[in-house]
Amino acid sequence: MTAVQPDLSEVWHWLSQVPDPEIPVISLTDLGIIRDLVWEGDTLVVTVTPTYSGCPATSIINLDIETALRGHGIGKLRLERQLSPPWTSDWITAAAREKLRAYGIAPPVDGTAADGRLAGRISRLAGTSNLVIACPRCGSTRTEKISQFGSTPCKASWRCTDCLEPFDYFKCI
Amino acid sequence: MAGAVDQAAFVEWLQRIGDNALILGHRVSEWCGHAPVLEEDIALANQALDLIGQCQLWLGLAAEVEGRGRTADQLAYLRDAVEFRNLLLVERPNGDFGQTLMRQFLFDAFHIELLRALKSSADPRVAEIAAKAEKEVAYHLERSADLVVRLGDGTAESHARMEKALKSQWPYTGEMFLDDAVDAAMAQAGIAPLPSSLRPAWERTVSEVLAEATLAHPGEAFSHKGGKRGVHTEHLGFVLAEMQFLQRAYPGAVW
Repeated sequence: MTAVQPDLSEVWHWLSQVPDPEIPVISLTDLGIIRDLVWEGDTLVVTVTPTYSGCPATSIINLDIETALRGHGIGKLRLERQLSPPWTSDWITAAAREKLRAYGIAPPVDGTAADGRLAGRISRLAGTSNLVIACPRCGSTRTEKISQFGSTPCKASWRCTDCLEPFDYFKCI
Repeated sequence: MAGAVDQAAFVEWLQRIGDNALILGHRVSEWCGHAPVLEEDIALANQALDLIGQCQLWLGLAAEVEGRGRTADQLAYLRDAVEFRNLLLVERPNGDFGQTLMRQFLFDAFHIELLRALKSSADPRVAEIAAKAEKEVAYHLERSADLVVRLGDGTAESHARMEKALKSQWPYTGEMFLDDAVDAAMAQAGIAPLPSSLRPAWERTVSEVLAEATLAHPGEAFSHKGGKRGVHTEHLGFVLAEMQFLQRAYPGAVW
């Protein structure tokens, strides 16, 4: 007798329990990187989109998905990479943004992604920024950018000038 | 697709864009553990990571189009210098932090224009890699432009170093905009823009940032060239010796 194919909503639920390897307070579904789940005959096809092209977590994420699903008894599965549309931090769920904040990472401010168009933005170069990021520790908006890049490709380094704590900002992309 | 694609030219073109990302990514990664401050060290490592990730996508597609069963890794690790197609600019030694930053800025300003144009490539695989990479490179350009301004319009020492960096990197920028038969074939097929068409937008960005950085625009200058057809400076061999050592010494080694 063969096992009954689990319902896809159940598979989505399982994946919502798989933590991101770099930021374990949020899950793969919170991040919005699972783009599709379908059964092709008896094979489960999981479509995943990378956050950043060179994110070192990508291969770990694939391994974690496979391990989790095999743990739930899925014998045949295939992972597919989908590049388009490219991942955007807009896909991070509202609940996940709160989890990030509670963990000490300021969530992305939608609509502020770098577009590489420097005209009119030169004035905000050299450290000044229009972006207002609230300190995830004390809530103050008196914060400043230290570097556009942080401990992982998806984060920038900021500091709070009130409580003086440095913090990560999950940048908008 | 707009026209029939010359497959050999397509592979050649994909190697050019992939090799630019690979060699610059490797150069930038050489700073890991050596940058002037921790934040810059992390930023450089992250940029290197973005570039190497993009290189995997481009060389992966090159291998697929080539259809000889090679992989992105094999293209990266098992070709010799004459088979590399990157611009001479990206193989230039890192020099001091100012030279690295100036090289990055001059390249980023070109890279973003190229990727923007490629988003409407007739080949959807090219368009989707470009759309992904453009978002990352927008951050690279903002950062490198920011630092060129800070250091150019900084202390007497930093200004002098940026001036020297600009002077030494500038003769390597002309190659970015030279069109050849491969570029013509790609433009004909609607896959990629002619490099020369990207120059006006690049020139605008560069002029604006150099002015803000109080650095004199070098104007017209002699252009070194050859990288796009495999004629490299002596520096590339040293890059490859380090980058390819493991796969050459232990063929097929995997993690």
